[in-house]
Amino acid sequence: MNSSPRKSGALAWLQATPFALVFVLFLVLPLALVGAVSTWRATDYELIPAFTAQNYVDVFDGCGNTSEMCVTLKTYLSTFKFCFLVWLITLVIGFAVAYFLAFHVRSVGAQTLLFILCTVPFWTSNVIRMISWVPLLGRNGVINQGLQGLGLIDSPIEWLLFSNFSVVLAFVHLYTMFMIVPIFNSMMRIDRALIEAARDSGASGWQTVWNVVVPLSRTGIIIGSIFVITIVMGDFVTIGVMGGQQIASVGKIIQVQTSYLQFPMAAANAVILLAITLMMIWGLTRLVDIRKEL
Amino acid sequence: MREGKRPGSFYALAFVFTLFVLFLYGPMITIFVLSFQGPEGGLTFPMRGVSLHWFAKLWEGMGVVDIAAAFRRSVALGAVVMAFTVLLSLGAGLAFRKKFAGSAVLFYTSVASLIMPSIVVSLGIGLQFRLIDTAVKALLESWGFGGLLEGYGTSMGLYTSALGAHLTWTLPFGLLIMLAVFNRFNPAFEEAASDLGATPWQSFKHVVLPLIAPSLVGVGMFGFTLSWDEIARTSQAIGDVNTLPLELQGLTSTVTTPAIYALGTVTTIVSFAVMGGTLALMKFLNRKKSKARAGAGHG
Repeated sequence: MNSSPRKSGALAWLQATPFALVFVLFLVLPLALVGAVSTWRATDYELIPAFTAQNYVDVFDGCGNTSEMCVTLKTYLSTFKFCFLVWLITLVIGFAVAYFLAFHVRSVGAQTLLFILCTVPFWTSNVIRMISWVPLLGRNGVINQGLQGLGLIDSPIEWLLFSNFSVVLAFVHLYTMFMIVPIFNSMMRIDRALIEAARDSGASGWQTVWNVVVPLSRTGIIIGSIFVITIVMGDFVTIGVMGGQQIASVGKIIQVQTSYLQFPMAAANAVILLAITLMMIWGLTRLVDIRKEL
Repeated sequence: MREGKRPGSFYALAFVFTLFVLFLYGPMITIFVLSFQGPEGGLTFPMRGVSLHWFAKLWEGMGVVDIAAAFRRSVALGAVVMAFTVLLSLGAGLAFRKKFAGSAVLFYTSVASLIMPSIVVSLGIGLQFRLIDTAVKALLESWGFGGLLEGYGTSMGLYTSALGAHLTWTLPFGLLIMLAVFNRFNPAFEEAASDLGATPWQSFKHVVLPLIAPSLVGVGMFGFTLSWDEIARTSQAIGDVNTLPLELQGLTSTVTTPAIYALGTVTTIVSFAVMGGTLALMKFLNRKKSKARAGAGHG
């Protein structure tokens, strides 16, 4: 504290260097390589550092065809669809849960306890949480057995598991937490007097929520949205496991190409995915300063 | 707001909240119960007896997969990731209390790491290490160390590429926690220490560190549990051996016995044990802290 600013600046650098080094080595450099390799040529067994745009042309192969959509566009469309559905559902549930915790639970102890209850599953295995749906949704699962027992259906419902439905369900199950935490954090900063003022001025419950709470929780909503959108855009594990390895996603294309050692193609797909994801969050980040939220 | 009769919306939202918690925990409890399925039992209800049969099967290994070895690897990697996450985040957290050139770049880089699609990071790290392999092999060849070349497999591995991949995921959480901690940190304690003649190192060791110790334990828990479950970033950036969650992901499509639920129960128990241990340690450190403060008040 008493030392000169230059000395404290040097010390700060020393303290931050190991941290920064990790990101240089394992984030910046790898991403630069992905960018570079996306323009390289390759044979079956080696990469050739010579510039070509062919990989990008190949990604959009057949996309000029108007009668039938090409694989890339179809995959992106399907990924966007998951993205939108999951975003909407997690937002509604996340907002409701955060609102309940922030405004209806009165004691701080109960609030903390219920908040922890919502976040604990985040620290357990995602794959386990996915397969834990199998005994519930499967052909002979609890839901099908129950419905058949009640005589509501004759044969088991097939679309409960390994389908678009189960993929969305698993996403919501896994990632609503990413909405709850930032929205709850924003709501806890709202001055309670503002809500009373709105009520005293004659606003109904819904009007208060819509005109006071939602705008003031904007930051939390945006941060949560960024998390959910980026996770779903790049996902291949959830879609793989819950889709029975039958549903395409952009992340899965990259994963499959990597496992066949088609690195330049995988890299080109990764660059495009990254560009699209960054564009989506760029719009969102412009609306918020994350550092003020801590 | 905080007193008087509960509004009708309270009951509606309480109902939604209850459903949500059931939705969160219901499936987990189901596979926990089913993992104790009898030897004749299948993947779904009904239970055909209660036994530890599937846990025993699990320990024998599933097909070609040695679960016990993968388990040990994941625990070891998680511990290393935890140590790195605590130390590096602490360093960065202390650095961010002062102004330094490039702090904004570093902050946004780590946030970018958090929201970067994991498959892209994983692909990048995988590529990087493959290129390193190519370069190393070419160098060995040109220097005429053909013998070494035979023994050289890959530079990719648990404590190289996988460790790096995990850190790109755990460090941003660590930094965010440290920033939140120091934003609420009262610098008066340190000023008092330096007024009393403490060196910066003494005031860090005897004043700052005890105060933030519980948060550091929390950072450590993030480090371990996030590494323990990591799949997406590790997937393309691991060499010949797999971590437990990667093996588990592979098993989901091949194993059709409750042994996979037993594996789920075991990994979940590890996660819960780590969380419980963390809470206990935090409580202990907090109690020590308040005791020290009370003692200082008397002195």
